[in-house]
Amino acid sequence: MKTTMLEVDNLATGYGAVQALKGVSLHVDRGEIVTLIGANGAGKSTLLMSICGDPRARSGRIMLDGEDITAKPTHEIMRSGVAQSPEGRRIFPRMSVLENLVLGAQAAGQDPAQQLPRVFDLFPRLRERQSQRGGTLSGGEQQMLAIGRALMSRPRLLLLDEPSLGLAPLISRQIFATIRDLNEREGLTVLLVEQNANQALRLAHRGYVLVTGRITMSGSGAELLARPEIRDAYLGGGH
Amino acid sequence: MTAPAAVPALGITARLRAALVDASKATVVAFGLFFIMVGLRTDVSPTGALFLRTRWLDVALLCAAVFVSRLALALWLGRRKPEVGPAWQAAALSRAGLLFGPALLALALILPFVPGIGRYELDLGILVLTYVMLGWGLNIVVGLAGLLDLGYVAFYAVGAYAYALLAQYFGLSFWICLPLAGILAAFWGVLLGFPVLRLRGDYLAIVTLAFGEIIRIVLLNWVELTGGPNGISGIPRPTFFGLPFSMSGGPQTFAGFFGLEPSPSHRVIFLYYLILALALLTNWVAIRIRRQPIGRAWEALREDEIACRALGINITNTKLTAFALGAMFAGFAGAFFATRQAFISPESFTFIESAIILAIVVLGGLGSQIGIAVAAIVMIGGFELFRDLDEYRMLVFGAAMVVIMVLRPRGLVGSRAPSVLLGEQRRIDARFVGEGRG
Repeated sequence: MKTTMLEVDNLATGYGAVQALKGVSLHVDRGEIVTLIGANGAGKSTLLMSICGDPRARSGRIMLDGEDITAKPTHEIMRSGVAQSPEGRRIFPRMSVLENLVLGAQAAGQDPAQQLPRVFDLFPRLRERQSQRGGTLSGGEQQMLAIGRALMSRPRLLLLDEPSLGLAPLISRQIFATIRDLNEREGLTVLLVEQNANQALRLAHRGYVLVTGRITMSGSGAELLARPEIRDAYLGGGH
Repeated sequence: MTAPAAVPALGITARLRAALVDASKATVVAFGLFFIMVGLRTDVSPTGALFLRTRWLDVALLCAAVFVSRLALALWLGRRKPEVGPAWQAAALSRAGLLFGPALLALALILPFVPGIGRYELDLGILVLTYVMLGWGLNIVVGLAGLLDLGYVAFYAVGAYAYALLAQYFGLSFWICLPLAGILAAFWGVLLGFPVLRLRGDYLAIVTLAFGEIIRIVLLNWVELTGGPNGISGIPRPTFFGLPFSMSGGPQTFAGFFGLEPSPSHRVIFLYYLILALALLTNWVAIRIRRQPIGRAWEALREDEIACRALGINITNTKLTAFALGAMFAGFAGAFFATRQAFISPESFTFIESAIILAIVVLGGLGSQIGIAVAAIVMIGGFELFRDLDEYRMLVFGAAMVVIMVLRPRGLVGSRAPSVLLGEQRRIDARFVGEGRG
């Protein structure tokens, strides 16, 4: 039976005078991977941030598992089963890998000792590098750390912002494989923002296309991949 | 200045040639500058007209000095193997640090009874320990939470005036006022914290700087309460749990009660141990709390505020607790300062105090407890050591700071020593994880 995990209804927000989202509606079902693709500045990251309450919604509604979280403070949203791996990874560079991971569990009230083996099994590289400082990891390892840190809070819904940013194709394929694995084995619900539309749409069950703050298209991953306008705009024509 | 067989890889002649070229270039630049600035000088002739005087000999001497110094510098720097230096230094320092801390503590504990340590040395020790405590307190705000606070002295002032005023108007004793001074300072810390919650870096520094000045100027101008520029005098001295340090030698005094010869040094020794205990309390709390979730949250906040929010850390609480705890220790130190001096005035709480405390924290290496203690000893003790040099000691002081920052840009004890982590790579049991030391 399908149940809705996240429902965003006519969400509008912005920064100062700039209107970044102009009434976005989408939903993510439990156990689904949904991707949000779009060009630079379309508002993808703003939408993810806005779900976390920063920037706050100016109008519209955000529901998580039937609960209205539109006005909840950010730190409470992040403690209620939502985790975000933010754009640009934003790991804590001078703290060790282990400390980074522990911080992911702590605010959500999870016991780090229970969550660590799970994350280390997903990303064995992190186990090897646990005492190293975060800033000394390679880009791919930092991305693993950012996702691992988000998973430490044992989220119901994982928000991933551009996990393939600046990574070699091989590494980004590994990351995507891990996301699929998490979804299939643990039933983790994922909302994925990507510029790499090809990989993202292949991975996702469904996708939305965001253009300057509005959803212009939606459909299953395969459907969207097959549409000529998507191929032209986001897949570089005959890519 | 040639280094025999130090670097066999790079030939002596090649290094010498490079150094000579470098020195020649520097000399050409120096000549360009000195030719005009020193070589040509306008003087007034007896008739009142201007005439041009030339000083070619001075120019030649200066250029020669530049050439020789530059050559010596190039050869000396070229002698070092840069990639080996810092790592080797850090390893040695961390090894020495394991013994150094306990040794320093032991010395601090027995200092009053070391032969040759008189009143002057103990007074200096008290002063140094006050700054060690202030440094450790500010380290919570700046070193751990990464909030650049240029007005830390304001909380020191709040603590000092809290004790002075409570003692003067309500006759409360030092031991009751000490916690009150800490609580009041913490309250002001929260009060400052609220308006600056959204600020970081330069902007935060400016606002905290202004806050420090506001407190001082209020103390200066609220004459009815604080005595204004005249300050508050006759602040009660501390008692040994109710027994005053008096020269009368009666049964209700410290000396009389313990059957000792009354001596003025009793109070100094007592004050010394009091500030030592307060400083150690600050250190203990800071070390303990760093391993607690709130301590980790402070460090995470220093690293990346947005990531903290994404992890569900309550930024408001995290910042306010850092401000409050840091301010509380400044309040304790302030109450101690007031009882030690028996006189306080706004003059003791100027911006330069904040700057000195911040310099101690930065020189010591942001976040390092032992580094801060050493930096306080070097800065405050060094300041005393060069007292004979009068105003030149500022010059020595400035030069010393530049040298330290060039040689160890991250402070005496550089940041979070990763060597602590490397030896424990395999320890991942729950206890280890719980401590989060990584």
